[in-house]
Amino acid sequence: MASLNSSKTMPLGMPITSNREAAFIRILLIGIALFFLGMFLVMPLILVFGYAFRDGFAAYLSSFTSGESLAAIKLTLITAAIVVPLNTLFGVAAAWAIGKFEFKGKTFLITLIDLPFAVSPIIAGLIFVLLFGSLGFLGPWLLERNFQIIFATPGIVIATMFVTAPFVVRELIPLMQAQGNEQEQAALTLGASGWKTFWLVTLPSIKWGLIYGIILTNARAMGEFGAVSVVSGHIRGLTNTMPLHIEILYNDYQMTAAFAVASLLAFLAVITLVVRLLIEWKNSRDNALAIREAQQEYQS
Amino acid sequence: MSIEIRNISKTFGAFKALDDVSLSVGSGELVALLGPSGSGKTTILRIIAGLEQPDSGKGEILFNNEDMGEKHVSSRGVGFVFQHYALFRHMSVFENIAFGLNVKKRAERPDKGYIRAKVQELLKLIQLEDLAGRYPHQLSGGQRQRVALARALAVEPKVLLLDEPFGALDAKVRKDLRTWLRNLHDKLHVTSLFVTHDQEEALEVADRVVITNLGKIEQVGTPDEVFHHPASEFVMNFLGDVNTFHGRIDEGTVSFNSIEIPLSENHSQRKGQATVFIRPYDVTIDTTKPADLPALEAKVLRINAAGALVRVELVTDLGKNLTSEISQERFSSLAIEVGGKVYVRPRHIRIFTQ
Amino acid sequence: MVLFTGARISIEEFWLRAVADPRVFASYRLSFGASFLAALLNLFFGFIVAWVLIRYDFWGKRFVDAIVDLPFALPTAVSGIALTTLYAHTGWIGALFAPFDIKIAYALPGIVIAMTLVGLPFVVRTVQPALESLEVEMEEAASCLGATRWQVFRYVILPTVLPALLTGFAMAFARAIGEFGSVYFIAGNMPYKTEIAPLLVLIRLEQFDYVGATAIGVVMLIAAFFLLLIINLLQWWSRKYQI
Repeated sequence: MASLNSSKTMPLGMPITSNREAAFIRILLIGIALFFLGMFLVMPLILVFGYAFRDGFAAYLSSFTSGESLAAIKLTLITAAIVVPLNTLFGVAAAWAIGKFEFKGKTFLITLIDLPFAVSPIIAGLIFVLLFGSLGFLGPWLLERNFQIIFATPGIVIATMFVTAPFVVRELIPLMQAQGNEQEQAALTLGASGWKTFWLVTLPSIKWGLIYGIILTNARAMGEFGAVSVVSGHIRGLTNTMPLHIEILYNDYQMTAAFAVASLLAFLAVITLVVRLLIEWKNSRDNALAIREAQQEYQS
Repeated sequence: MSIEIRNISKTFGAFKALDDVSLSVGSGELVALLGPSGSGKTTILRIIAGLEQPDSGKGEILFNNEDMGEKHVSSRGVGFVFQHYALFRHMSVFENIAFGLNVKKRAERPDKGYIRAKVQELLKLIQLEDLAGRYPHQLSGGQRQRVALARALAVEPKVLLLDEPFGALDAKVRKDLRTWLRNLHDKLHVTSLFVTHDQEEALEVADRVVITNLGKIEQVGTPDEVFHHPASEFVMNFLGDVNTFHGRIDEGTVSFNSIEIPLSENHSQRKGQATVFIRPYDVTIDTTKPADLPALEAKVLRINAAGALVRVELVTDLGKNLTSEISQERFSSLAIEVGGKVYVRPRHIRIFTQ
Repeated sequence: MVLFTGARISIEEFWLRAVADPRVFASYRLSFGASFLAALLNLFFGFIVAWVLIRYDFWGKRFVDAIVDLPFALPTAVSGIALTTLYAHTGWIGALFAPFDIKIAYALPGIVIAMTLVGLPFVVRTVQPALESLEVEMEEAASCLGATRWQVFRYVILPTVLPALLTGFAMAFARAIGEFGSVYFIAGNMPYKTEIAPLLVLIRLEQFDYVGATAIGVVMLIAAFFLLLIINLLQWWSRKYQI
């Protein structure tokens, strides 16, 4: 995350004063930026909530009571419950290895981790179908064991896990790199075991990044649409996640219900942003404190 | 081009960087701004350049008696050299130096031939003729700084300002460039002002030195003046090593540690607390007690003979630490040892009272 | 992965299905073309957003910075239905254009808008660090040498952040090509006209035409790898001039 708080200041936090563009240009640019963001981000968000509650609160609540809705919500939650912890573990381990050590194949690992980002979710789904589908590579093998992956929950879980894998890692790598090895080496020399070192030294320093990574992964996991579309088979009541359910409701012209379910996910997204805000705010407070202390030192 | 600033103040938030500062620099002078970090010297430089604005409503900045206050930094005709060079990374050495000429208004812009010739001339001046096509990341620190200087000189500035120009360089490179800068200045005679926290540099290179502290100017003078005739305690302490004693003045003598020294006429009227400063090279050492001159008993703690002078660390009979610097010859003739007892006598002292 | 997916097709059939088929080709044209436009929009506006966030101070700046991440956290299906509803002829914004008979949803403009949305964070987040690490002194030096503010921007600032800009562009481009959820709703999905490539893959899969789906998939993968390569090259290029 680029830091907002080191915005173009001299040492001691003094802002540059005289080498700037004219005031009206500044205002114009700020206006353009806000307009752009407003149009593309804020308006759709407002619309989701607007339409969800358009018919009143009762209608809003009833959107969730149908059997299919509940099944979709349940499936989404189960998926997230499996995917998020696993990806978190993977993320912490990978970030730790990448951020602190040099090893053969490191670049390969990094590219591998960025893969889900570059590949379209549809293609990701396609790959899994080709691998695990009944006509696929491992298809017959799975059929023998009566284990269905595609068009069933496991497929959805796997696809979601693949697509959301990078988030925790990417969030943590810069933090791990920044901390370096020294503190941990110090702890080890003082007699702490490997596990204790990790728990007491490494973990606290990445705490906030980890929290944000987990929340973001969760939001993405619950909201994944493309890959799950391919893999799930759209079987109502059985293999529909919330996003797929939204699609069904929308195509059936059940606007209020569709937006009601959507509003839940939108709310989750907003929470994610709020967490990020809090983290930034906390960082800036710490920075401001450090700057003020440095100033006082210079004055004395 | 003479520079004059009058009654300039500058506050950053709650921090007062400059407090009613006035300074005059004559045309063609090379002046050093010397002081500890945060004393305001860089701020003075930046205000002269126009990179900072002084607190509004007060003060004037004059070049040859012309008010520069309203002029934007790009029209002040000031050459600025930064501590970290600030070369344009994506441009070659040639393009960097030519930059000022290339951005001139169409009407004033010289043709390509002239620019090429000028850049070549400057490359020769900084002795980097073969590096015109190189990029900043391919140059050493010293080379980069010379390119930065050439770039500033390309537009023939009336004033040259340098902000800790050698601060980012190794000690040896620093010394070489220091001499080189002085020679360059003698050749070009551009009014120059440079900021440094390295006293050796300031005293060695500059025509005059300005000592700053806590947003004010403590003293302005030639290197000789500020070193041998410091105007305040701060200057005395800041320049060179010094031994400090606390004592009293009374009845025409100053007493400190365990000696009393009679004062000359014009100081004998003073009375009260006094701080006594003695430079290490003014502390003479004798193995026998001098007959009729005030002297202190001291024990030798450490001797450091590696250098032009011999540094002797002593402790007086009252437990105060003292440093003396004596010539190698004197040291050999004295034959003192660590732990030995000697007598020290100040040859020259400076006193500051409250 | 490419090997996996390409395992079953002969070259000829591949060519037939993946490129020569007019419907498939139309979907490529749409996907790549609209993504390119969207990435351009993001390049221009994203740069402004990054600039404003790094260099200026204004009330609510922190909220604005946080909201740039919204496309990351918001499910594509949600943004899909929201954008469609917003820009349809009955929608809040679509209604403004209806009298002029301008279609936004279910037409190219809508597709571009959806693609812009998903790629928005990429340019902003890539350019922000580049702007941040810009040495102030370089700009000051240029000013002292007589450059106007515009000249400083054009000759000093822009060239320095150019690699980051292009990287962000490539990332937004790659993202838009692969995007499904938000585009699916707003596109209208008429074959040959508003059908994006990912959708065609899905349709083929549902028809159990694995070969056809794979063919298109391979093309998209190649495009993705190609873009990744460009991104890495750009990052290498930007490091080359680092001091």
